[in-house]
Amino acid sequence: MEHTLHLQIWPVLLFPLIGFVINGLFGNKLGNKVAGWFATSMVGLSFIWGVVLFFKYQGAGLHGTAVEQTLFSWIAVGNFNVNVAYQIDPLSLVMLLVVTGVGFLIHVYSNGYMKGDPGTPRYFTYLNLFIFMMLNLILANNFLLMFLGWEGVGLCSYLLIGFWFEDEAKATAGKKAFIVNRVGDFGFLLGMFLLYSAFGTLHFSSIFSEANTLFVDTGVITAITLLLFVGAMGKSAQIPLYVWLPDAMAGPTPVSALIHAATMVTAGVYMVARSNALYSLAPISQNVVAWIGAITAVFAATIALVQNDIKKVLAYSTISQLGYMFIGVGVGAYAAGVFHLMTHAFFKALLFLAAGSVIHIMEHAFHDAGIHDKDPQDIRNMGGLHKYAPFTAWSFYAAWFAIIGIPLFSGFFSKDEILAKSFGFNPWIWALGAFGAILTAFYMSRLTYLTFFGKFKGNKETENHLHESSKVMTVPLVVLGVLSVIGGYIGIPKLLGGSNHFEHFVASVAPEAESIHHLSHGTEWMLLLTSIVLAVGGLLIALAFYHWKKISAEKTAERFGGIYRLLLDKYRVDELYNFMIVQPIVRGSRWLWQYFDAKFIDGFFVNGIASTTKFVGDKVRKVQTGVIPNYALFISVGTLFIMLYFLIW
Amino acid sequence: MTLPVTYPIVLSLILFSIGVLGVLTRRNAIIIFMSVELMLNAVNLAFVAFARQFGSVDGQVIVFFVMTLAAAEVAVGLAIIVALFRNKNTLNVDEIHLLKN
Amino acid sequence: MHSYLLTFIIFSPLVGVLLLILLQKSSAQVQRVVGLLTSLVTFALSIPLYFNFQVGTDAMQFTQQVPWISQWGINYFVGIDGISLFLILLTTFITPIILLSAWNAIKEHVSGFIISLLVMETGILGVFSALDLFLFYIFWEAMLVPMYFLIGIWGGKRRIYATMKFVIYTMVGSLLMLVAVLGIYFYGKSVLDHPTMNLLTLYTLDIPRNMQTWLFLAFGLSFAIKIPLFPFHTWLPDAHVEAPTAGSVILAGVLLKMGGYGFLRYCLPLFPDATIKFIPLIAVLAIIGIIYGALVAMVQPDLKKLVAYSSVSHLGFVVLGIFALNPQGLSGGVIQMVNHGLSTGALFLIVGMIYERRHTRMIEDFGGLAKVLPVFAAFFMIVTLSSIGLPGLNGFVGEFLILLGAFQANIWYGVFAATGVILAAVYMLWMFQRVMFGPVKHEENKVLKDLSLREIVVMVPLILFIVGIGVYPKPILDRIEPSIQNVMRKVPVEVSKQNSKDAENFLGVIGEGTDYNAE
Repeated sequence: MEHTLHLQIWPVLLFPLIGFVINGLFGNKLGNKVAGWFATSMVGLSFIWGVVLFFKYQGAGLHGTAVEQTLFSWIAVGNFNVNVAYQIDPLSLVMLLVVTGVGFLIHVYSNGYMKGDPGTPRYFTYLNLFIFMMLNLILANNFLLMFLGWEGVGLCSYLLIGFWFEDEAKATAGKKAFIVNRVGDFGFLLGMFLLYSAFGTLHFSSIFSEANTLFVDTGVITAITLLLFVGAMGKSAQIPLYVWLPDAMAGPTPVSALIHAATMVTAGVYMVARSNALYSLAPISQNVVAWIGAITAVFAATIALVQNDIKKVLAYSTISQLGYMFIGVGVGAYAAGVFHLMTHAFFKALLFLAAGSVIHIMEHAFHDAGIHDKDPQDIRNMGGLHKYAPFTAWSFYAAWFAIIGIPLFSGFFSKDEILAKSFGFNPWIWALGAFGAILTAFYMSRLTYLTFFGKFKGNKETENHLHESSKVMTVPLVVLGVLSVIGGYIGIPKLLGGSNHFEHFVASVAPEAESIHHLSHGTEWMLLLTSIVLAVGGLLIALAFYHWKKISAEKTAERFGGIYRLLLDKYRVDELYNFMIVQPIVRGSRWLWQYFDAKFIDGFFVNGIASTTKFVGDKVRKVQTGVIPNYALFISVGTLFIMLYFLIW
Repeated sequence: MTLPVTYPIVLSLILFSIGVLGVLTRRNAIIIFMSVELMLNAVNLAFVAFARQFGSVDGQVIVFFVMTLAAAEVAVGLAIIVALFRNKNTLNVDEIHLLKN
Repeated sequence: MHSYLLTFIIFSPLVGVLLLILLQKSSAQVQRVVGLLTSLVTFALSIPLYFNFQVGTDAMQFTQQVPWISQWGINYFVGIDGISLFLILLTTFITPIILLSAWNAIKEHVSGFIISLLVMETGILGVFSALDLFLFYIFWEAMLVPMYFLIGIWGGKRRIYATMKFVIYTMVGSLLMLVAVLGIYFYGKSVLDHPTMNLLTLYTLDIPRNMQTWLFLAFGLSFAIKIPLFPFHTWLPDAHVEAPTAGSVILAGVLLKMGGYGFLRYCLPLFPDATIKFIPLIAVLAIIGIIYGALVAMVQPDLKKLVAYSSVSHLGFVVLGIFALNPQGLSGGVIQMVNHGLSTGALFLIVGMIYERRHTRMIEDFGGLAKVLPVFAAFFMIVTLSSIGLPGLNGFVGEFLILLGAFQANIWYGVFAATGVILAAVYMLWMFQRVMFGPVKHEENKVLKDLSLREIVVMVPLILFIVGIGVYPKPILDRIEPSIQNVMRKVPVEVSKQNSKDAENFLGVIGEGTDYNAE
């Protein structure tokens, strides 16, 4: 892979790193505004560099070959050799542009969102560090450097979720995220060890090119891919390691947008796509990934149906949509999965940013009206915001249509492609995906309607204080809105007359697996139409509930009370984990400490030996009576024995 | 008629046993000391008797050593007893157990 | 190469001791300055060791050999290789930091304190450089006395109990080690023409297997107590809790490494067959230590005890790495010894800083400190992350290499030990949250002052190395590698255990005609 673009890769990473260091050391002296815009411009520079890299790559006509650049040797012992080295290829370019592009918009937005918060320099420090780590993740040319980025983004997630650390609950949410991620990382580590054992290296190109040619049994590859996927389950919030994501909503909303929607959580999808050579060789793993994706997609969607916090709905929606991406890469449609990753980044980031805008609007309105006991994130307090916040509203609608898959919006193309490919792999997975689609349409429409339409549910006083957010916040919304609409056009499938540039671009690095049966045109059209029916159907059902009030939401909740409460309580999974895992470990550890360590090892053995010695000593010292005649007696008797000894022997 | 060596030996033994008995049973420190002296002199007697028996002078030389040692020992020992008496006002060894345990 | 440098380095702290004895009547401030300067001089002297160290050779460097008691083959023989180089640098580096950190904390018998530390520094440096068995034993015992005083005089409430426990426990091991030293000596006497205590000569002995087992156990017990290896660890929490901060830092930072070093320098090369026999036992104990230490650390209410148990956990990794007996495991073990010294040393310094302000170590007495002490919080966070092995910081390099090595030796070692990675995050982050995050629960905490310049100067060098080694460990790894290859050569573990075949056999794979080490 000795190609060169005559352009360095590392500046892309350097800019956010500089931002991190400068803001970290001097942020407080620079002040909120300077720190914020400095950080933003750093990401902007990275984005521009990324665009230049993209055009250079295209111009070089490399058709999927990677361009690598080694900076220095990181860890080298014996045969183990890992460098700090990066690579540019279609897959990494897509990720690069998404991360820096969406990241830039979110940085811009943050300047408005975080206004007035005293911790703003710290916020931007962490945000820049995040971008740096994420870039390491997606640009690394070996698994270990990727792992550095992998854990690094976990760190930033921890720091940013718990950003307002004085709130105990928020700090706890951050800790939960890090620890659940670590459980996943455990799997990733084992996967790396196995990779090294089997291939003698952790370098992508070396592994992937040899995976096909080596006589390595599928067993080893399956084990490796499953272990790596455990890491993905943690990072990308799939069952059973998704529990940290809803709690992560405790962080500032732009953080939720960037980290927990557009970028960090997609790391797992990227990793599977990057390792496509391995996954395509392990049908068992493919099934595991696809099924878990499918089940997660439906599971999370069901929870989203009844949530009342706007961010929680979006959080479960993200988990669900990630499930779709894993369906995509699981069945072997890597390009499709990454395509959805990209469109999702646009519309989900938009949804979150818009939600942030809504929350800000509600907060200010409540504050100005003197109300302090109402939750600005509860959609039951909203309604009718359409007239007061038009930019926010229209951008939100663009994302809404995109996510539920209305034709011509970006999400439509990406989601439909995944569904079509999944049908070619296993119709049952398609069935789950389709069911999830109608659920998605319902809960998103419910969310949109209750937030923006109908009558405002607060009092008149509050309503008077509702007004649109500042331009700093609305401009990124509009940009993302446009992307949510047109973002899909680079991936229009052949079926509809497009040439699917995206697929070709990514497939040069991640070719589709043979596990997918080719579908006839007829089947493809059927699936397409079904998708549209599901999307529109879900929307109409939601309207039936909330707009036309044909079905009463309250009565339905009462009739299915048990299920409703189960969904509202998110299936009580957190409580289950606490009961089955957390409590036993804590109690077990306490026992280990107070009984085993203190009483048994220390008390019985260590102190025991000491007490025994003391006891024996106490007994023996009684010989020292201090009575002189006794001593005389001992001397005499002793002498006698010695004499006898000499006489007899 | 030369004295059979048995007689002084037996006497020595008797004197020695009296001395041991004295050390073990008497309570007064000075009496114990006297008993120790008795033991030493009994041993001296035995040495001289054997020296005469074997016609060598070694035994007599050893007697000199023993007497010197006895003298030194008495000096130090009596000094200790005096110091002990000054502190404890008693010479009863049963009552002096500062080194107990 | 032959050189007087090591001798100067080892004994230069004693020059400071001499000065302090002369300056008994001077003010505490003067004494502190003298102590600090002495330790800085020692550190400065040790810097050339690094820069003049020849990479790529496993021979002992900077050696000096002077006959001492030649009838018994005892010489003053010192020298270093890649393994001891960094342990010596760690010692000379951390001593000035400790002296600086204890500037205001120690107020009584200041000269005695500094003298104890300096004497201990000499003892430790001697342990790491001795290449004569007798000399090694002397230095090993020598560091016990200053530590006894450090804990016993300047320690906390239960200091007498703690220091007695520490000394007697360690001495039990040392006693057995003495017997073993004599054992080797007499065996050597019987096979060589001239009896010797020279380590390099003793390496060449082929000691019969039975004898090896006993000697290994005797030496090993002593080292196992020092590391500390489960279940010989119970002296550590008490010693740490009752010791003054400076004592804890030197204990955790350097003293504990003597155990690991002992295994590497003595047990493994001298008794290779016994080593191989005991690998399963020690590996299992190490893994138990990793998990057990982490779990018990989690539920500690006392901050210092928590860090003490975390040391048990971390050093379990080191032992596992050493007994994996492959390049990655051994290198990981050695570099992790250095890393642990830096990270845990820094942790104890941090705990000491809070203690100086609030005179309590109980976690429940804190809460929400990040708001009051932001600079402190930043340093604390970095050190915490290093402790849990975040990639990019030093802890990850060692931990990853160790786990990789352990995994290659036996998949299950790797799997179980890796759970330590999750547990470490749990106990550290939970602790961090209870101490630093949340609302400020206690009034007294609201008026605490953030780090002074002195405290920042104490922490910054540590942080620089924590980040530096994490990003660019190559210089260290390069210097360690020849020495550990040397150790590996002396212990003939079957090569088949050391590579990919193990993984495939486990998964029932037949891999023929393939080259797994192709890059």
